[in-house]
Amino acid sequence: MSMDFIIAAIITVVGISTPILLAGLGELVVEKSGVLNLGVEGMMLLGAIGGFGGSVMASMYGLGPLAPWIGVLTGALAGMLGALLFGFFALTLNSNQVATGLALTIFGTGLSSLIGVSFVGRIIPQFGSIFPPELARDPILKLFFGYSPIVYFALVMVFAVGWFLRSTRAGLILRAVGENDLSAHSIGYSVVRVRYAAVAFGGAMAGIGGAYFSMVITPMWAERMTAGRGWIALALVVFAGWRAGRLLAGAYFFGVLMALELYAKAAGFSILPSQFWAAMPYLMTVVVLTLISMRDRVGLNAPACLGKPFLPAT
Amino acid sequence: MAKLNRRHFIAAAGAAAAAMPLLGGKALAQEKVKVGFIFLGPIGDYGWTWAHNKGREAVDAALGDKVETIYVENVAEDASAIPVIRDLAQQGCKLIFTTSYGYMDQTIEVAKEFPDVKFEHCTGFKRADNVATYNSKFHEGRAVLGTIAGKMSKTGVLGYLGSYKVPEVVLGVNAFTLAAQKQNPAATVKLVMIDSWFDPPKEAAATETLINLGCDIVTTHTDSPAALQILEQKGLYGFGQGADMSSFAPNAHLTAIEDIWGPYYIERAQAIVDGTWASADTWDGFKEGTVVISPYNKAVPADVVALADAVQAGYKDGTYDIFTGPIYDQEGTLRVKEGEIMPLADLAVIDWFVKGVESAA
Repeated sequence: MSMDFIIAAIITVVGISTPILLAGLGELVVEKSGVLNLGVEGMMLLGAIGGFGGSVMASMYGLGPLAPWIGVLTGALAGMLGALLFGFFALTLNSNQVATGLALTIFGTGLSSLIGVSFVGRIIPQFGSIFPPELARDPILKLFFGYSPIVYFALVMVFAVGWFLRSTRAGLILRAVGENDLSAHSIGYSVVRVRYAAVAFGGAMAGIGGAYFSMVITPMWAERMTAGRGWIALALVVFAGWRAGRLLAGAYFFGVLMALELYAKAAGFSILPSQFWAAMPYLMTVVVLTLISMRDRVGLNAPACLGKPFLPAT
Repeated sequence: MAKLNRRHFIAAAGAAAAAMPLLGGKALAQEKVKVGFIFLGPIGDYGWTWAHNKGREAVDAALGDKVETIYVENVAEDASAIPVIRDLAQQGCKLIFTTSYGYMDQTIEVAKEFPDVKFEHCTGFKRADNVATYNSKFHEGRAVLGTIAGKMSKTGVLGYLGSYKVPEVVLGVNAFTLAAQKQNPAATVKLVMIDSWFDPPKEAAATETLINLGCDIVTTHTDSPAALQILEQKGLYGFGQGADMSSFAPNAHLTAIEDIWGPYYIERAQAIVDGTWASADTWDGFKEGTVVISPYNKAVPADVVALADAVQAGYKDGTYDIFTGPIYDQEGTLRVKEGEIMPLADLAVIDWFVKGVESAA
């Protein structure tokens, strides 16, 4: 096995892992504030069309080299708008979070398809490298310098989110709101405002994750192009025990697993029967639901108020 | 996800029901025959479902005064398809096309409940008095692609991005491999099944994998242009699936197999109007115009174009069949004797790969 071979394989893994890492990080912060937003898939699709549409528009107005950056921004905004819609129902009107999240996924899927009709078959400008081209194109150094800027952003955000939750005052307040909303409320913090901020952040991250599909992996728009990655991101948050570092490991583990499967198949053997891979999403769902329900053991780190509406006594 | 589809569907059905009274007597006076379509993916996939939807639109255009079409997209190939097909029948559809292999048993099951409704199942092999099957000889098109790939590949290692191990895909892989080996006897095909018809990120990752394993031409049997875009970025070649996808990859897209369903759908819908519909097994190809090859990329040299055109011409006049023996399977066993041609009935249920295919299953 040559060096080139391994490097190319690692680059594939990074491509698979980055969007679920981004969306997972966003959802982690949302859940830490005590909100369960199951609309990740919908927000990713909104981000995918928002990012793609933004890039197309920006390049139409002659902003060529800036277009991908504008696309990331519009992708984040699109995801955030979806999240705020969720926030209005789930936080302001105290609707059921599970149902509202599922509704957001349906809405995001439909709206992105509708907007996307006019963007099918369009071409967008690509990100240039943020490093000198000698580094980005070097056959070995490209392992470190050859990625889209979004990949580095995702890695930076792992540390930023971990540090924010662990070591900042704002992070402590957010966790307090998620662990015991009534206590946080009684000492004067605005539970709803904190949760809105968390939900908006989650939407922006899911949006950027979605934009990574439509702008980096395959620069095109196709309906439902995220193909269920939002659900995997949701599952990862639980598997990671609501910790940013473990989420990084989990996302890359998922990427390695899928790459291994593809390589094994192409090499002419199968690690597991293909029916098993097809059943994987369902198996994962069962495992995750079981883990969530076992609150005493695995659920120790789960925010105590996760998914509960905030209803202070007036 | 199935739940979401059903919900979409029920909402749409509800809206349709609510709109009915507004249409008033006119709609009732001259009742149109309803024809339903069950689609696997989104109609905007630019591939398989897109092509079937073009066929549906052709019915609207040709028989719009007598026939009304309804479709449901994103229907999963599992038990959840049953209520969706049943709903179409209950809505009054007289003819229902279920347009993917994975709806086979579900179609048969619903057909038993509605003996007066006619069903047409695409790419399957189970029939009944009110269930016909229809298929396209995609493998004829695959033989053209294999010819081009075998001649143009420098490494002699070709990639095949598959979905599931169903007869249609197995036929495609075998036709592609055999045709490539006619041009380059040492050619091998690496096959990856991604267990999905539509999953752009996974299609992209699988294509990267095949390229990394030495494939310089990758053909796809999944429905999005994702693979072509990866090939475009790497400066390699591939083919479109179901539709001309050259706008997604102007340099990488050598040609594509286009599925033209319109004429068949019009013929069958007309048969319902006339009351002449009968269960049958239709399997059309180049000759009938169901399989069409897109314009060749200018990167395809003239001698290769000539070879590819010869395959098409041979299928049209019946002088060419890629499944002509001798054909050996992966283990090296002789499956088709020298000079024999595999009968269609055997092709329809094929489950073994030819020699030269490297695969997991």
